[in-house]
Amino acid sequence: MADRRRVITLTVGGVLLALVPPIAALTDQPFYLDLFRRMMIFAIAAVSLDLILGYGGMVSFGHAAYLGIGAYAVGIPAFHGITNGFVQLGLAVVASALVALVIGAISLRTSGVYFIMITLAFAQMLYYLGISLETYGGDNGMRLASRSRFGGPIDLAQPAIFYYVVLAILVGLLVLGRRLVASRFGMVIRAAKANEPRARAIGFSTVRYKLTAFVIAGGTAGLAGALLANQTEYLTPDFMHWTRSGEIMFMVILGGMGSLFGPVIGAVAFLLLEDVLSALTAHWQIILGPILILVVLFAKRGLFGLLSGSRID
Amino acid sequence: MSWALVLEQTLNGLQYGVMLFLMAAGLTLVFGIMNLVNLAHGSLYMVGAYLAAAFAEWSGSFVLGVALALPATLLVGIAVEVIALRTLYERDHLDQVLATFGLILFFNELIAIVWGRAAIYTSVPPILGGHFRLLPGVPYPTYRAGIILVGVAVSVLLWCLVTRTRLGMRIRAGASNRTMVSALGVNVRLLYTLVFGLGAALAGLAGAMAGPIYAVQPGMGEAILIQVFVVIVIGGIGSIRGAMVGAIVVGMADTLGRAFLKPMLATVISPPAADKAGPALASMLIYLLMAAVLFFRPEGLFPARSRS
Amino acid sequence: MLEVRALSKRFGGLLASDRIDLDVASGETHAIIGPNGAGKTTLIGQLAGDLRPDDGAIRFMSRDVTRLDAPSRSRLGLARSFQITSIFPELSALDNAALAVQAHRGSSFRFWRPARDERALREPAQKALESVGLGERGGIAAANLAHGEQRQLEIAMALATQPRLLLLDEPVAGMGLEESQRMVRFLATLKGRITIVLVEHDMDAVFTLADRISVMVYGRIIATGTPAEVRANEQVRRAYLGEDAC
Repeated sequence: MADRRRVITLTVGGVLLALVPPIAALTDQPFYLDLFRRMMIFAIAAVSLDLILGYGGMVSFGHAAYLGIGAYAVGIPAFHGITNGFVQLGLAVVASALVALVIGAISLRTSGVYFIMITLAFAQMLYYLGISLETYGGDNGMRLASRSRFGGPIDLAQPAIFYYVVLAILVGLLVLGRRLVASRFGMVIRAAKANEPRARAIGFSTVRYKLTAFVIAGGTAGLAGALLANQTEYLTPDFMHWTRSGEIMFMVILGGMGSLFGPVIGAVAFLLLEDVLSALTAHWQIILGPILILVVLFAKRGLFGLLSGSRID
Repeated sequence: MSWALVLEQTLNGLQYGVMLFLMAAGLTLVFGIMNLVNLAHGSLYMVGAYLAAAFAEWSGSFVLGVALALPATLLVGIAVEVIALRTLYERDHLDQVLATFGLILFFNELIAIVWGRAAIYTSVPPILGGHFRLLPGVPYPTYRAGIILVGVAVSVLLWCLVTRTRLGMRIRAGASNRTMVSALGVNVRLLYTLVFGLGAALAGLAGAMAGPIYAVQPGMGEAILIQVFVVIVIGGIGSIRGAMVGAIVVGMADTLGRAFLKPMLATVISPPAADKAGPALASMLIYLLMAAVLFFRPEGLFPARSRS
Repeated sequence: MLEVRALSKRFGGLLASDRIDLDVASGETHAIIGPNGAGKTTLIGQLAGDLRPDDGAIRFMSRDVTRLDAPSRSRLGLARSFQITSIFPELSALDNAALAVQAHRGSSFRFWRPARDERALREPAQKALESVGLGERGGIAAANLAHGEQRQLEIAMALATQPRLLLLDEPVAGMGLEESQRMVRFLATLKGRITIVLVEHDMDAVFTLADRISVMVYGRIIATGTPAEVRANEQVRRAYLGEDAC
């Protein structure tokens, strides 16, 4: 029964998302196409974080760093005249995965409070590194020289096409993600989160699996970063600031962590909230802050939990 | 690169280390005793800085400003603890991280509403202004020397508190075994509030003293907070001694790195390359240091928790 | 099967393990008893691989495992249960057992096929559950099982890894009379087939199950022998059995 509710919620959600471009065109409101595309890009980042946070129990407060790496993996080649989208996206995924490998290998030697602080510290290190790259704008960042080129019909300069590319990537990711968390690998990750000493006692060297998940999540976030650079056509080290990590984490919690679909709703809800609040007042963060606190204290299950009525498998 | 410059930067490193220690001491105790990840600790630093500036302007005296900011920040800290943080002690770290993150947004915006987003500059008071002759030919800013002295004095006081008083004993016991302390009948609630208040006061002191040297603006707490985390990770959670060692190490490494890495690099690689790589490497230095320490000692140099 | 030589472990000023020597033969059921604070938990921790000894050596099936971590020892055939019930609460009992099977059957770097579809995992898991009497309870979330059932699940998980040596840390702890008798009867069926080392306070269980007993006091083993020998041992009587044994 709860399963049916979930399937219905998802189908409706998917259809709605797919309908945004035509509706935006009909009502002559291109802004909404832009907004939802932005939401989906952050949804990709949030889903990647859910893998390690919701399923793996790793409170990584430096996830935005991979968004930044992905963005610069598009921006820097573009700056030097390399605009091939496949190369840029490939670079984004590989670079962020590699950095995740290094950071994860060091951070996963610790746990608990240490782990949180270390991931935060490393992300901030990358932020400062970004600032020091004078050639690429340093503190102010730089404009994207040109959008990624993929050849053929895939022209990211066309808003609707770009939108469907992002939607396709998001859907593909969700499909792969569901498979992943149900697979042998996924079960080990979930076991490690539930009770790591137990998992080790039955024979799993949990660190290897956690590190793998960390790398997968990092690479995926890098992909989101590459899309984000194309979306905003401007990239700054701010993409990597740790407050961004906090926001992504909020999207996961708001939507419902440990569900993969929840973070999508969370991203939509969070960015909508931000949009609405910032229209109200320039000091919208003073409202957002307490809202976040209240969500954490009273609505841990998140929106997806409320909508689909079920506790996740 | 003269010796005078090296000495000056070393002292600056010590001064920065002192500020880090004031922040780290409170934070590490809160981590160690209450097992609370408090991202909003930097906000208390910021509150201290702004309150000191406000009181100084109101009273006309810098010293009075600092003196008033201390108890004021203490009160703010206690208020935060009672209102917002009490419920978090039972929660897992994720909840604490997110909730205190919400607090940061709140405080930053609150400050921006009252004082605006632009940085405000407080000036060094005349009595502490200018330089004094540290050694022949080596002048050093009096104010910075003042910070070092205050820091040393506070460290000594803190040391006495922690090692010589009953409260200190409870704090140390709490840092190494929380459940035991409550089982022994200590009023845990009060202890927590006191510890948090102490941390808030120390952070406020750091912020108050920071005014004249560093920019006072919304978000200033977060910049130093990350470095405080590095200090605690290196020093070991729950340990004042660790915080002290970590703070000196990080303070020195950061300051000396920023001052000398570029010229040092220029001796081995070309000056233009050193110009680029120097600052980048310098800003990454303390994190690399942290990574190195963690590689050999994942629990820091002086962890308070017993191995269990 | 298991040889421990001069095992020592210090915690600050406290000598938790003091040059412990222990030999457990294949197929033997060996109990370790002793008053609280004797260092039994520390010993189990070192045997399981959670704690590194300061000195001494542990050999398991003629291999030196002193430096091996817990997962590696498990993969060699050393299974353990925990004193305080340790399972995967949100997963079903069957999932719990299936994970134990999975750890010893093939690689877990598989990302596509749902683990719950694998018969090679589900069937042995179901068998393990049935052997401890939880055959009907496989679908229940582990957290929702009764305390006694959770202890049984622990054993099932340990068995699902097809161990050569079973390390049981107070298997009947917190169980009522009927439940613990059932558990003891079950453990008795394992005797001879699997080597068992168990730490227990429950003397009925110990004397029913053990082929040999080692008595620990203050980190040292003061006596080892058959139940009859241990019962008769003067030192043991004074140190342990003479006092209130539960």
